[in-house]
Amino acid sequence: MSGVEQVQEPPRTPSFAMLRTLGGVAMMAGLLVVLVFQVTKPIIEENKRIAIEKAVFRVVPGAASRKDFVLGAEGLLPAAEAQAGGETIYAAYDAQGALLGVAMEAAATGYQDVIRILYGYNPACECVTGIKVLKMAETPGLGDKIAFDPEFLKNFEALDARLAPGRDGLLNEIVAVKHGNKTAPWQVDSISGATISSKAIARMINQSGQRMFPLIMRHLDRLRAGG
Amino acid sequence: MSALPNREEKITLDTFLRGLWEENPVFVMLLGLCPVLAVTNSTMNAIAMGLATTFVLVASSTLVSLLRRVIPKQVRIATYIIIIATFVTIVDYVIQAISLDLYNALGAFIQLIVANCVILGRAEAYASKQRVGASVVNALGMGAGFTVALLCLGTVRELLGAGTILGFQIFSANFEPWVVMILPPGGFFVLGAWLLLFEYLKQRKERKLLDSEGAIS
Repeated sequence: MSGVEQVQEPPRTPSFAMLRTLGGVAMMAGLLVVLVFQVTKPIIEENKRIAIEKAVFRVVPGAASRKDFVLGAEGLLPAAEAQAGGETIYAAYDAQGALLGVAMEAAATGYQDVIRILYGYNPACECVTGIKVLKMAETPGLGDKIAFDPEFLKNFEALDARLAPGRDGLLNEIVAVKHGNKTAPWQVDSISGATISSKAIARMINQSGQRMFPLIMRHLDRLRAGG
Repeated sequence: MSALPNREEKITLDTFLRGLWEENPVFVMLLGLCPVLAVTNSTMNAIAMGLATTFVLVASSTLVSLLRRVIPKQVRIATYIIIIATFVTIVDYVIQAISLDLYNALGAFIQLIVANCVILGRAEAYASKQRVGASVVNALGMGAGFTVALLCLGTVRELLGAGTILGFQIFSANFEPWVVMILPPGGFFVLGAWLLLFEYLKQRKERKLLDSEGAIS
């Protein structure tokens, strides 16, 4: 064994030094993140509020103010008072405080992923008054036209959504038809080259409308009174 | 303790310019290609991603350099990751506070800055061995190089794919957009074209140098 060269190992780092460094850095990281979170939280919440308000005012034209409600098992409650879960709806009013319409979210699977929209419903004309795409991952240049194609968006300026005589669903299903084949006011004229995305929009409004419009009509007086 | 440098570099103009040209993270080192290809479908996204990455790069390099003498070698990568993740989380909140639209456009790629090998590479190869000043200048150069590379891709892709730059119409209404340029393959096409151009320029420079040497001899 005497011929074997002794290899000098570098001095071992004590475990405490490693723990101290990792613990210290993690604590500093936590403090920094919490600090930035606290500073940015009110700004982010304000941004979200403005974004929702802009979207609501866009899908309910002429609106000047809004009130949030939750429509759930407990019935219609102002968002602040709702305990149990439910669907948030945004009632939009004009400058005089008259109810102009109700905005709500809808979602369905598109070509790539789930498409989420906010759309407006006017109980007076029983029609859809506008849509705004909130989230999508549709193909740029094709499917994403659902968000800004003026001809497609025109479909939703007064889309017929009358209730059936029993007031428990829509009189006519909202459906997407091939581009240029729209014959009825409850049909959605698809974008050529974006049929799947167009159908997803019609499907989500139909599904959401079948469920929500009868409920909105049932609570219309409270919505008009502003809660 | 971490392997400390044999020699610490002096801050020169080269410390900054290296990242911009000679060691450009995208065009020369081909690092961080995931965000380069994914978010450069518009000029605005390219600028935002470039600035966000530069901030994380500079901030993490500063902290790594400051702590370089107290970070044990065995836990250095874990420590760098914590530091980088902290600044990425900060950028995430700040972008949400600046603009929700921009935040939605960049999607998950903001959080994915943490996995950008340009940043970890700088921490390991440079900031952990150099003084704070040199680390900051080097990180700034690398960040600028990364941002310029993203801009090179973003402007070309937006121009050809939508006929606009920063949303302003450049081509007439008759221009038919090359939709493929906004799609992922467009990222590869444009990156390939830029690499081709840089390689051509490099070879031309070398050829000229050889010719002039030949003429002298």
